[in-house]
Amino acid sequence: MDTELLLPRPEGLYCPAGDFYIDPMHPVPRAVVTHAHGDHARSGSGLYHVARAGGGLMRERLGATSDIREFEYGETFTLGDAKLSLHPSGHVLGAAQIRIEGRGLVAVVSGDYKRDPDPTCLPFEPVPCDVFVTESTFGLPIYRWPPMSQVIDGMLAWLDDCTTRGVPAVLFCYALGKAQRILAELALRTDRTVHLHGAMVRLVEAYRDAGVRMVDTQPVSESARGKDFAGELIMAPPSAAGSPWMKRFAKASTGFASGWMQVRGARRRRGYDRGFIVSDHADWRGLVKSVEDCGAKRIYVTHGDGEALIRHLREKGHDARPLRSLGRMPDERSSEEGD
Amino acid sequence: MRRFAQLFESLDRTASTSAKRDAMAAYFADAPAEDAAWAVYVLGGGKLKRTASSTELRVALADETGFADWLIDDSYQHVGDLAETISLMLPTVDDSGEDTPLHVWMEARLPALGRLESGERIEQLREWWRPLSREQVFLLNKLLTGSLRVGVSHRLVVQALAQWAALPTDLMAHRLSGTWKPGADVFRALAGPERDDEHAGERPYPFFLASPLEHEVETLGDVDPWVAEWKWDGIRAQLMRRAEGALIWSRGEERLDGRFPELEIAAASLPDRCVIDGEILAWAPDEAHPLLFAALQKRIGKLKPGAKLLAETPVRLMAYDLLELDGVDLRERPLSERRALLGTLLEGRGPTLMVSPSIPATDWASLALIRGESRERRTEGLMLKRLDSPYRVGRKRGDWWKWKVEPYTVDAVLLYAQPGHGRRSGLFTDYTFGVWDGDTLVPVAKAYSGLDDTEIGKLDRWIRANTIDRFGPVRSVQPTHVFELAFEAIQASGRHKAGVAVRFPRILRWRTDLAIRDADKLDDLRRLAAS
Repeated sequence: MDTELLLPRPEGLYCPAGDFYIDPMHPVPRAVVTHAHGDHARSGSGLYHVARAGGGLMRERLGATSDIREFEYGETFTLGDAKLSLHPSGHVLGAAQIRIEGRGLVAVVSGDYKRDPDPTCLPFEPVPCDVFVTESTFGLPIYRWPPMSQVIDGMLAWLDDCTTRGVPAVLFCYALGKAQRILAELALRTDRTVHLHGAMVRLVEAYRDAGVRMVDTQPVSESARGKDFAGELIMAPPSAAGSPWMKRFAKASTGFASGWMQVRGARRRRGYDRGFIVSDHADWRGLVKSVEDCGAKRIYVTHGDGEALIRHLREKGHDARPLRSLGRMPDERSSEEGD
Repeated sequence: MRRFAQLFESLDRTASTSAKRDAMAAYFADAPAEDAAWAVYVLGGGKLKRTASSTELRVALADETGFADWLIDDSYQHVGDLAETISLMLPTVDDSGEDTPLHVWMEARLPALGRLESGERIEQLREWWRPLSREQVFLLNKLLTGSLRVGVSHRLVVQALAQWAALPTDLMAHRLSGTWKPGADVFRALAGPERDDEHAGERPYPFFLASPLEHEVETLGDVDPWVAEWKWDGIRAQLMRRAEGALIWSRGEERLDGRFPELEIAAASLPDRCVIDGEILAWAPDEAHPLLFAALQKRIGKLKPGAKLLAETPVRLMAYDLLELDGVDLRERPLSERRALLGTLLEGRGPTLMVSPSIPATDWASLALIRGESRERRTEGLMLKRLDSPYRVGRKRGDWWKWKVEPYTVDAVLLYAQPGHGRRSGLFTDYTFGVWDGDTLVPVAKAYSGLDDTEIGKLDRWIRANTIDRFGPVRSVQPTHVFELAFEAIQASGRHKAGVAVRFPRILRWRTDLAIRDADKLDDLRRLAAS
């Protein structure tokens, strides 16, 4: 029975065989956490199990006093009757898929993942299994990510254009993962300094500490009052858009880096001048490929409504079902969170 | 089309009107005239006759990609735009092939597509798509299926052309009015020096549009410099008398010739070279008030109305301005003078051609009282115009105001929702509302506008979480939320389930203070429709 390994509960996804929760939304005695994003890593639980590559970020998120056990990718450990190991998911630094073996079954909870190359983390590793749990944030074939080099071309052209016009370029993106990935990609192409919103500074440092090479960065708060940011690239989390913090960047051209920028309507609705298609989630092809690569007998789909992905997989002969068919658990993401 | 695709991209990327204007002006200066002419046409909202059905486009996409029909439909529901859905689902290619100029697409390729058999058309579409970049696939599909909306108003295109040609915008607006046939020579002629006979010919004068009065009427100052007229609920039109006969242009600058023969017959006796601005109204003989707008709608749809329809639903032109007399452009003369000339011109030509009466008033308070009669007179309120105003171009605030009556309102319950289009794609923004008929809620109105982005987002999440049933893209939801709707008119209707039809419904506010039992009753609406 799949529910002996994976049982959705109000606190999150529970593993009865090992008596632990994956990415619990409420405090529990034992947690295994896939990655450090706020909707997956929540503080208050008794004991955390995470990938070593993401240890620094986890301490940043969960607090230094949390009890966190770190494991190398591929290293095996035991919880209750379950044998576990963590494997790269390619989502952000230290992100892991969780392989659970017990009661004669192998289940893999892939967490958030992507198949596109990312200089800040190890690539997704297909893990053979019987049961595969996949996200479906971008579960329609209209989502197909362009090569990152092409996106960076667009960003640099945008910067040039802003320089010509004498205005700052403010790029909004997630502070953990997306920002560092872009900074690392920029490092392959340019040596200009990027200015950071305060919410990004420590996270960028955590990536540097983990050995990720990025362009030089400088906190906006350390620039002299009245500094002219014309032609400069500034990065900030989406929450800073429209806030008083933006007053420093009069007439700025604004951009947003997100998978949602693939659709023109979504781009126009948000009111940014420019949309850059960058996602740390799998696109449609990535989702379908991952299901095929792991060779699972059953596939459970979560995040996003997933209906199209499930139907498509079933038509291709896979036994795909919504994860909620195993039990209810809150999916606190609204339709467009995670990008 | 590559250069036009670049222009489209730069227009799509900025919200700044000046940046858009500059981008267009640069394109007009740079692009070959035969392509620029089509760009003007397309950006100004012009479209070719549709040459491929959306079913054919879907079939072509399914054949080309192998995706299931339902998956194409799901994707379309998510994107809200078929042209874009196709561009996103096709494999990407690098845009390095040979470029087909815009005018070749518009003049040769697309018209030829329309002449093919359906099966051949599907093959042709697939062949066209294959070497094109995503942006060009999108544009091609838009050109095939209808209008290309890129946040550029017709007015902005006019301004960009004026900037490129270094001519006044009002002159450019006039040169582009009416039916503008794209071509290299026609495009170059737009930049030609101003002539004395600019206004001769078949092109309508650009309409002067009134603005809604959003402040107290007393702020207009003394009542003496103003004239009030009824705000008629018909079709705004320009009647042009030319040597060849009469031309009728709608406010959308479409020719209405043939639809209103009684107006054309009456115009035949007007002196050559005059132009009247007014409102076409359906009006039964010897009646004190016009027929409802719905009656006029029967006439609009008929290209050649039969004797029965003409007898049942005759129309007249309620004239309120005179733009040209004896070939002289009068637009710079004061309204008082134009109205006086109009009165003389139309003397004895009623009721088919009649002057919209001015409403005498010595103070605003008595006008406000008269405005209270608007509904029983089947008008939308009053127009206030400065007696010394020239006839301007487009919507310019200050001289002409529409002082509409307050709308009707109803408290109704949200019953169904479906995803919107354009910038609202992927969000549930098209709502159907119902009122109580006994103990059931029956749908009475659809409304799309009136909520702000925060409310739309909140309602969207609620709809997703509270869907009871799905019918294609439409979701029915648990009746929970009450909204106050405004509408302009209501009338009995056999075509609507509720038996009544409302005109211009929109959302005034989300009544979070009301429960569904507080919503209005169908009987109240029926009573309104009957009164």
